[in-house]
Amino acid sequence: MSGWLSTRNIATVTLLLALVLLPVYVELTGSRFLLTLFTRIVILAMAAVSLNLILGYGGMMSFGHAAYLGIGGYAVGILAFEGVYSGFVQWPVALLVSALFALLIGALSLRTRGVYFIMITLAFAQMTYYIVAGLARYGGDDGLTIQDRSKFFAPVNLSNKTQFYYICLTLLFASIYLVWRIVNSRFGMMIQGARSNDTRMRAIGFPTYRYKLTCFVIAGTLCGLAGALLANHTDFVSPAMMYWTRSGDLIIMVVLGGMGSIFGPLFGAVALLILEEVLSGITEYWQIILGPLLLLVVLFGRGGIDGLLGKVRHG
Amino acid sequence: MTLFIEQCLNGLQFGLLLFLLAAGLTLVFGIMDLVNLAHGSLYMLGAYFAATFAAWTGSFVLGAVLALGATLLVGMAIEIIAMRRLYGRDHLDHVLATFGLILFFDELVRLIWGPSGMSLPLPSWLNTSVRVLPGIDYSAYKLSIIIVSLAVVVFLYFLVMRTRIGMLIRAGASNREMVGALGVNIKLLFTLVFGLGAALAGLAGLMQAPILTVQIGMGENILILAFVITVIGGIGSIRGAFVAAILVGLIDTLGRAYFTDLLRLVFTKETAATAAPALSSMLIYLLMAIVLVIKPEGLFSASGK
Repeated sequence: MSGWLSTRNIATVTLLLALVLLPVYVELTGSRFLLTLFTRIVILAMAAVSLNLILGYGGMMSFGHAAYLGIGGYAVGILAFEGVYSGFVQWPVALLVSALFALLIGALSLRTRGVYFIMITLAFAQMTYYIVAGLARYGGDDGLTIQDRSKFFAPVNLSNKTQFYYICLTLLFASIYLVWRIVNSRFGMMIQGARSNDTRMRAIGFPTYRYKLTCFVIAGTLCGLAGALLANHTDFVSPAMMYWTRSGDLIIMVVLGGMGSIFGPLFGAVALLILEEVLSGITEYWQIILGPLLLLVVLFGRGGIDGLLGKVRHG
Repeated sequence: MTLFIEQCLNGLQFGLLLFLLAAGLTLVFGIMDLVNLAHGSLYMLGAYFAATFAAWTGSFVLGAVLALGATLLVGMAIEIIAMRRLYGRDHLDHVLATFGLILFFDELVRLIWGPSGMSLPLPSWLNTSVRVLPGIDYSAYKLSIIIVSLAVVVFLYFLVMRTRIGMLIRAGASNREMVGALGVNIKLLFTLVFGLGAALAGLAGLMQAPILTVQIGMGENILILAFVITVIGGIGSIRGAFVAAILVGLIDTLGRAYFTDLLRLVFTKETAATAAPALSSMLIYLLMAIVLVIKPEGLFSASGK
């Protein structure tokens, strides 16, 4: 470990402080757009953090992680449509349904490894996409507008943009802390061991399948919570939330930030979404720049942003 | 009964089309160990090229041949510029890099051809129906898709199993260093294989173009079906891809055609009508799940190709 004043620590603390102080800046300049953008960044960072748990630490290359984003979102959307606005019902249901889906998808997908795993998680996510797009009662392909945000007890009001931002940020920090605790626990060591050598872990007596499945379900549940937040943020859910390109975006965030680093996904999410914002300001055809840029990052930028910040590995 | 046979032919036609796509995917994976998400972009490019060239030359066949050549060249260019540097890297790197390529090609197509999509009109001699069995007429164009695809299947079989280049391809799949050490230009071989896969995808795209509209993102949904097929068939196995493609084509088509009636036997008319579309699009994924539970490596694992 290098000293406290390493480049990485300085960068991390600066980013965290900037995120915490952002609403103050927004208050001073009155740029509400920035608050909306960063709420989105914080929510998607949370999804990326959950993906990092299985992708970065568990070596499970899930290409269907956006499915849980959609499932969490639709849990909120459908309950709101049916007249249930209480967050105490909506959010636990969102968590539970995402957990169940993750259990089902994980139980089947984890029987395979490598490329099979990538393609199967992708196919299952697409299947979920088609199920949701087929829900004619809930808008089908067109999606579902949410009339009102989740309701909690009196002082908590999700419709207040600043308050909602801080709730998202708190939950993001909580998820980062949770992942950090998991990764450094015996369970986390086990998962990382299975990433390096699954056969050997099984040989010394760990039932890796069960451990990996548990990890997969935790990540899916966490992403479901991010989905519930996203639904509240946009006041709208649609199958597009879980389209496979969204899963691709999440992977990009994790890899761009640095796989298997605690704060990497946060850096990745901030970098990718701000880059998107800047590029789309330059040209309407911004993806024509982003695509090759990604290719270059893969070819030459190994280790992502975390790798740039120094060689010490967290976790 | 006539309708059933027609639907079976539709399923066969769709399955063969999917095979063309899955064959390229599985060939590239089996030989170069490369996951290529941008395969769907090549399918899309094939369709756009065909629509453009057919409009230029005024001939459907000439347009198709030119489009095939163009997709082959684009495929080889992609291999030389980008893919070559990805061999031996982590599969996640392949996924990300080719995801970047998808973004690039989608936007490039929007830039060149505009966002509204195109159509590729059929020539009159294909826009008729043919009597395939006594009392059963079938679209001449769909029938020609079946014939062309079957010809490609036979061609692929001979190419891979009966020619010198096929022998090198198979040798390269099992041990690329050894083949290189024996003096074979492995780089050129890989470029050719990638180009072949691209051309197959382009062929699938241009043949599908007159049936569906040519639009951005058309390659993405069908790409996922091709993935499902390679997974069911066993990644790297062309024979597996063939069996799985026909299976998926038939199940998907027949499911869409008859699932509503099947559900109506059990549920009320309304429930059946609302549940059937979603459930029938799930059928192939269900098939995949069942195959994986029984054989996690797919029906034909790569060693048995």
